[in-house]
Amino acid sequence: MKLASRRKKGCVVTYFAPTTLDDALKLLRDQPLDVVAGCTDYFPTRTQAPFTRGILDVSKIAGLQGISALDDGIRIGAATRWSDIARTTLPGSWAGLQAAARQVGSLQIQNAGTVGGNICNASPAADGMPPLLTLNATVEIQGPNGVRHLPLAEFVTGVRQTDLQPGELVVALHIPNLPTHSHGAFEKLGSRRYLVISVTMVAVVIACDAAGRIEFARVAVGACSPVAQRLHDLEVNLIGQTAQEACITPDDLQGLSPISDLRASAEFRLDAVAEQIRRALLKASLTNG
Amino acid sequence: MDKHLHHISLNGREVTVDPAVGDRLSHTLREDLHQLDVKIGCDAGDCGACTVLVDGDPICACLMPTHQAIGKQVETLAGMSEIDPIAGKLMDSFQHHGAAQCGVCTPGMLTTAVALLRENPTPSSAQVEDALGGVLCRCTGYRKIIDAVVDTGAAPCDLEGNGHVGDAIQRLDGADKVTGTELFGDDVAPRDALVIAVIRSPFPRAKFAFGGLDEWVKATDGISAVLTHADVPGQNVFGVIPDFADQPVFAETETRFRGEAVAAVIGTHQVMQNFAAETFPVTWTQLHAVETVTEALDVTAPQLHLGRDGNVMCGGYVTTGDPQTALKDADVIVQGRFQTGFVEHAYIEPEAGFAQMVDGRIEVHACTQAPVMDLDALEIILGWDRKDIRILPTAVGGGFGAKLDLSVQPYLALAAIKTGKPVRIAYSRMESMQSSTKRHPSDITLKIGATAKGRIKGFDFLGHFNTGAYASWGPTVANRVPVHASGPYQIDDYRAESVGVHTHNPPAGAFRGFGVPQSAIAQESLFDELADKLGMDRLEFRMLNALDNHVPTVCGQRFEQGVGIKSCFAALRKPWDEHRAKCDQFNRDNDVLKRGVGIAGGWYGCGNTSLPNPSTIKAGIKADGSVVLHQGAMDIGQGANTVITQIFATALGVPVHQITLVGADTDQTPDAGKTSASRQTYVSGNAARLSGEAMRAQLLQRANAAKGSKIEITQGVIQFSGEHGETVIDVSGLPVDHQGYVFVSEETYDPPTKPLDENGQGAPYAQFGYAAHLVTVEVDTRLGTVKPLLFVAAHDVGKAINPTLVEGQVQGGIAQGLGMTLMEEYIPGRTENLHDYLIPTMGDVPPIETIIIEEPDAHGPYGAKGLGEHVLIPTAPAILNAIKDATGVRLYQVPATPARVRAAIKEYANGK
Repeated sequence: MKLASRRKKGCVVTYFAPTTLDDALKLLRDQPLDVVAGCTDYFPTRTQAPFTRGILDVSKIAGLQGISALDDGIRIGAATRWSDIARTTLPGSWAGLQAAARQVGSLQIQNAGTVGGNICNASPAADGMPPLLTLNATVEIQGPNGVRHLPLAEFVTGVRQTDLQPGELVVALHIPNLPTHSHGAFEKLGSRRYLVISVTMVAVVIACDAAGRIEFARVAVGACSPVAQRLHDLEVNLIGQTAQEACITPDDLQGLSPISDLRASAEFRLDAVAEQIRRALLKASLTNG
Repeated sequence: MDKHLHHISLNGREVTVDPAVGDRLSHTLREDLHQLDVKIGCDAGDCGACTVLVDGDPICACLMPTHQAIGKQVETLAGMSEIDPIAGKLMDSFQHHGAAQCGVCTPGMLTTAVALLRENPTPSSAQVEDALGGVLCRCTGYRKIIDAVVDTGAAPCDLEGNGHVGDAIQRLDGADKVTGTELFGDDVAPRDALVIAVIRSPFPRAKFAFGGLDEWVKATDGISAVLTHADVPGQNVFGVIPDFADQPVFAETETRFRGEAVAAVIGTHQVMQNFAAETFPVTWTQLHAVETVTEALDVTAPQLHLGRDGNVMCGGYVTTGDPQTALKDADVIVQGRFQTGFVEHAYIEPEAGFAQMVDGRIEVHACTQAPVMDLDALEIILGWDRKDIRILPTAVGGGFGAKLDLSVQPYLALAAIKTGKPVRIAYSRMESMQSSTKRHPSDITLKIGATAKGRIKGFDFLGHFNTGAYASWGPTVANRVPVHASGPYQIDDYRAESVGVHTHNPPAGAFRGFGVPQSAIAQESLFDELADKLGMDRLEFRMLNALDNHVPTVCGQRFEQGVGIKSCFAALRKPWDEHRAKCDQFNRDNDVLKRGVGIAGGWYGCGNTSLPNPSTIKAGIKADGSVVLHQGAMDIGQGANTVITQIFATALGVPVHQITLVGADTDQTPDAGKTSASRQTYVSGNAARLSGEAMRAQLLQRANAAKGSKIEITQGVIQFSGEHGETVIDVSGLPVDHQGYVFVSEETYDPPTKPLDENGQGAPYAQFGYAAHLVTVEVDTRLGTVKPLLFVAAHDVGKAINPTLVEGQVQGGIAQGLGMTLMEEYIPGRTENLHDYLIPTMGDVPPIETIIIEEPDAHGPYGAKGLGEHVLIPTAPAILNAIKDATGVRLYQVPATPARVRAAIKEYANGK
């Protein structure tokens, strides 16, 4: 479990790769550690300097891996890689998350990056966030005081900020069951095909009745606010409409607060998002039922 | 401390590792396990060059802690190339297709592709793109890589023969590239050499003061020395153009761009691995900087260089006829203002090298496009006799112009001299991007007139070029642009003026095309506007005005043969009509997606502008009959090693595979000039031809054989057969010179040019190459995304020495032109890495059909012309013209990002 130590002027930094959650939590209680899994955000954002904190690698912990069925839904271990999500056979409502999994960075990134890391990194442009929000994911957190569950929307609190407390680890995401005839879709816009940070993203999960009218809708938007968010008013308005005729008004996007940066202007982002919602609804409706 | 030894299965054998906390797998593989086929391009998962397979899955080794790989199976290219049958076939296919150019991305491409082929032995192009999309290549334009993967295992149908001029042989230096054994800048040093880190300005302009440096060195474990300007024994200045040399090795009092060097730290490998530059004792005072041309030209602006008043570095000027009167008399006039930003070369190999003292001489091994210029510069910086300096270029992992300037060389030389020990340096991606030269941002206003019948009447061009903090190749850009801004057209009444302006930005220098791609955007965009205003077919309009033999250029130069632009346009006639008809059909059925076809022409003068530009190539035959070519023209992926050898072999009359290459090495190879200005095939190629002819003449004379005799060289014997029968020379007994040669030839070629007068009239180049591109794009009018669907590129190369390499240049150039048009913009402080600075991925470059036109040039070897830069000159305007064709929207600024395209579409719709 303890894989290496390096003595730095009196303090020892260690690479820990525990295999049990209890060990991991104990280590975390005793010392400040950088928690890593796929390291696809950890290394790129680190400025070159000696390592003065130890590393806690959670990727070998039993129970943090893989996708499993629960009575009331599905559990994804926090250290599940994107490529595992992409390859698993999952309900149609997961199509948006699976599409996102195939568009996170590149195949190399998907083979390392994890779903838990994606939410803990708390980037406004995290590809996993919009589809996970449409799946109503809750975050299972373990810490010194036991287990707690938090809706994903409450877990990520700001740009690079989460509700994770000292000593706590994200263990899994729980996805409650959705209507069996619901289907998801994901739209990502960037300036090139692969390896691109999203300019905007939209995820939807909808279910339609026999006449094609939407009877269940969830819509989430990423890279248009500090934290990706659901558009609850729009979801209500969509009920009873068909995907083909769905009308997205500026009012529907009220909650968004995109910034202008080197990738795009705020105005463009709002404009693009409205179109992406239309397309995602259509895409989801075509495979619906 | 207790030892923590762990095992990894590396390429099938158990190896022991003892990584430190935070060591990356890429670092352990290269530094501890000497697995140098694993290349590092970005250290951030952005380029995929370091891709290895861990338990069969491709991952970026730079993002995996070595500890995570413990107990797992790690496969790298070197291992696969020896034992994996799929890898073997794939490597053959890469060589056959010319899918490796510089070769630095090749290990990442191959490992990723092997993983794909194990799962799916017969992937489609789309599946290849999805699988390999995470590995960036800056040379090839990806299409040959896709073809090579799709065709893996297909029966080889190699045209090898004797490999003479015109044969599409495989690269002669290709084997090392596909096995990962090619040694680049960071692959040649002893792994325990001292390591150099450069301290750079965090501000565009700053004053700085050092703390006690000697005390800091003494107090800091593992640090051997610090270098500052005080350690420069010669002159603290360099520059590629002697009259404009203005850049210090280390800034002395004030920095002029973010990323400028002020000092360098030399320390042990172990300490420097995680050295934090912030701990270096320097204090900075940020000063007011001018970062745009407008700011720099303001009367109150701080002045960057003494004697360059108003921050104007220099300008260029060409005029002929009476442009103002012509414009007044023209029947139609169009005008526009066009802007482009900094473009980064983004070669996948960051600058790197190694130096050591050998018998009192300094030897510098580094990636470079210009070894003799490096030597010239070090002679001045060190103040040493040039006999005591040796430059040994490593393989170059892409250059495109930026590796013409000095980068790591002075730090290496100074550090090796100061410490007396071997030293090495490898730039991080960020410092490569911060400190290397860029394509000049341009701000161009252009007005063009035409007669009602469609002949150009009056052309008035003014371009401001942001040349950054130092001159670099800025004067070349200023000179070249007015000569080329006409495009390959007859324009009797012409005025073009360029101004290079200093700003507090990285130096803008040479980047494939030296300013011509920027001016072509303005000129070719307005040609479409003119044609439309006249109601003429856009291709017909260009044909009507195109240059021809005997017709004067805007510099008054007339060529009696070899002006191939009309042939290029003519070759596009059929695709132009066909693809326009297809787009019309598509657009009738689609409202949101709109397709359009764009066309543009271009030309480019090969070699220096009106300046001497010689190349020398030497050859020798040894007593055992081996033929050795001293080939000093740097192969930076484009294929000089192959092309120049093919030319020499043709001239001598022996098969190409009989020739052994030596160099480049300033001790071994005569000066073949810089790999720049599309000059190597033409200029060094001619020197190779002359050298081959001289060798042949020498042999024939010796044997008293007839002129057309066939030469066959075998072990120690040269046989001649021809009209006088057969003759044999036994060379094994002949006297040898100090290098062991029994015959030597060394020949020089310098292109015939004439100076330009005050109006830019003269003969700036001995030859031009010509090009025309056609592109179909699909614009998503709601999201503003632009997707090129296909290119047809007609290039007049005079004579295709190696058609596969010609295609490789064309495809790679188009990919760079596409990037510049749609996504690339370097913004200091904001896009200093490869995830904020975007270059095209494998999914962004569509199929490219290359049409080779051969209008022989009077001066070129076997009629050949240069090609390296022509390949991206028409690309950007062709794409912009296609966007206009699809949507009705003319874009005046690149990159045409989705946000800009969508904004223009909305504005256009509102204005209707």
